[in-house]
Amino acid sequence: MCLGVPGKVIEVDRENQIATVEFWGVRKQVRLEVCDSPVDPGDYILNHVGFAIRRIPPEDAAETLALYDELLRVADEQDLMTADVRGEIDAAPNATILPNGAVDESE
Amino acid sequence: MNPSDGFEQLKFRDPARARGLRETLDRLVGQASHAPVSIMHVCGSHEQAIAKFGLRAAFPQELQVIMGPGCPVCVTDVPEVDEAVALAKQGVRVASYGDMLRVPGTSQSLADAKAEGANVDVVYSVTQAVELAREHDEEVVFFASGFETTAVATAAILVDDPPDNFSVLSAHKYIPPVMEIVAEMPETKIEGFLAAGHAATITGSAVFEKFVERHGLPVVIAGFEPLDVLAGLVKLIEVINSGKPRVENAFPRCVTREGNVHAQKLLWRVFRPTGGRWRGIAHVPNGNLRLRDEFAKYDTRKRFTIDASALWHYAPPKLVQQCQCGDIMAGISSPSDCPLFGNECTPDTPVGACMVSAEGTCKIWHQYGGRPDLRSIKRGAA
Repeated sequence: MCLGVPGKVIEVDRENQIATVEFWGVRKQVRLEVCDSPVDPGDYILNHVGFAIRRIPPEDAAETLALYDELLRVADEQDLMTADVRGEIDAAPNATILPNGAVDESE
Repeated sequence: MNPSDGFEQLKFRDPARARGLRETLDRLVGQASHAPVSIMHVCGSHEQAIAKFGLRAAFPQELQVIMGPGCPVCVTDVPEVDEAVALAKQGVRVASYGDMLRVPGTSQSLADAKAEGANVDVVYSVTQAVELAREHDEEVVFFASGFETTAVATAAILVDDPPDNFSVLSAHKYIPPVMEIVAEMPETKIEGFLAAGHAATITGSAVFEKFVERHGLPVVIAGFEPLDVLAGLVKLIEVINSGKPRVENAFPRCVTREGNVHAQKLLWRVFRPTGGRWRGIAHVPNGNLRLRDEFAKYDTRKRFTIDASALWHYAPPKLVQQCQCGDIMAGISSPSDCPLFGNECTPDTPVGACMVSAEGTCKIWHQYGGRPDLRSIKRGAA
């Protein structure tokens, strides 16, 4: 559970400190208030239980993504590490519904 | 199947680098002043990576890589589980991360309470627990587990004005103090620690500097990709061989010396470290994270009178008495030393917490196989 999962920032709602982040084709809302540096679309973040705990500069992302590519490519539901990563993705709400209940018009 | 196949088949981004690291590790362990060299990591995700990718088969025979107390669910102590079970049984809705449900208390787990009709919900995040509180008029208790990385998320929620019917029963734990305890255990012969990359993303590498000074044991921070783990081990053995213990950061793309200062401020604004027992290990001074008085309103322990005594009239069955989780988490035993492992104790019928959690050593070894028989591997066959 301390593995976290990296995702690509698509959109940033600075007022509410929430980013739309894509994880292997799934778009989620990730909270930004724990992250220590501003994130922009195109950056990657490390998501842990629905919070971005670190911005990953785009140039460092490939190295970070390799492990997760491997885990999700095999897609073995029983695998502990894969289940952990899926849990981390599930921890963030879907991007189509914002936390205040409004529908994200961009979807 | 040759246990090293996993290592060979793994699609490393850079197979040449993997081979290079493996050869360097061989050479460095060969140069050590004594054998075997024993190091400890303190993270379930490290153990998952090591076991899943068959890395132990690629380690030199004289290198012992032991998992310590790196599973926050597993070290949640029996009285903490009892508190959650007692609340659930008195009719309070309790939400927790999935692995927490089957962790045994004195006589019952949260899953047992749920089976008897208690309202127990599995959530993937503290945010989902808050949503439950918004959806229900009743009290919702979030039974919070996890190390500092996860505690930061709980802290962020508590400073964000959660609903009045929401409270936190904190079983959050703080890793640096337990390293001090394990380092001083006479039975362990640990010569260095591999620290978890993502916890250090929050705390920074500097948090380990005093530890190194006090105990004379090096700490190297490592990431979770097989290459990251190998690179971390190479650096750790290098530092051990140098005879000059220090902190090294082998995961610079995620970890800095200072760490995430903003997250640390959030963590310590909401939580205070306090002493408490870690299941099966010891009393760990400053090892538990509890809510500060400023957040008493959201502190389940302040809000409810929790009487767990009804759960205590119980004699533990013989199986539980044979469970070696404590010694395994302290690095003194391994799952293969336990007579219950894979026999009476399996993921479907767990006896101890280490077989319950996805980050528990026993569950990880049960899924991936633990320590391959190194004598069966021809060195240099790669």
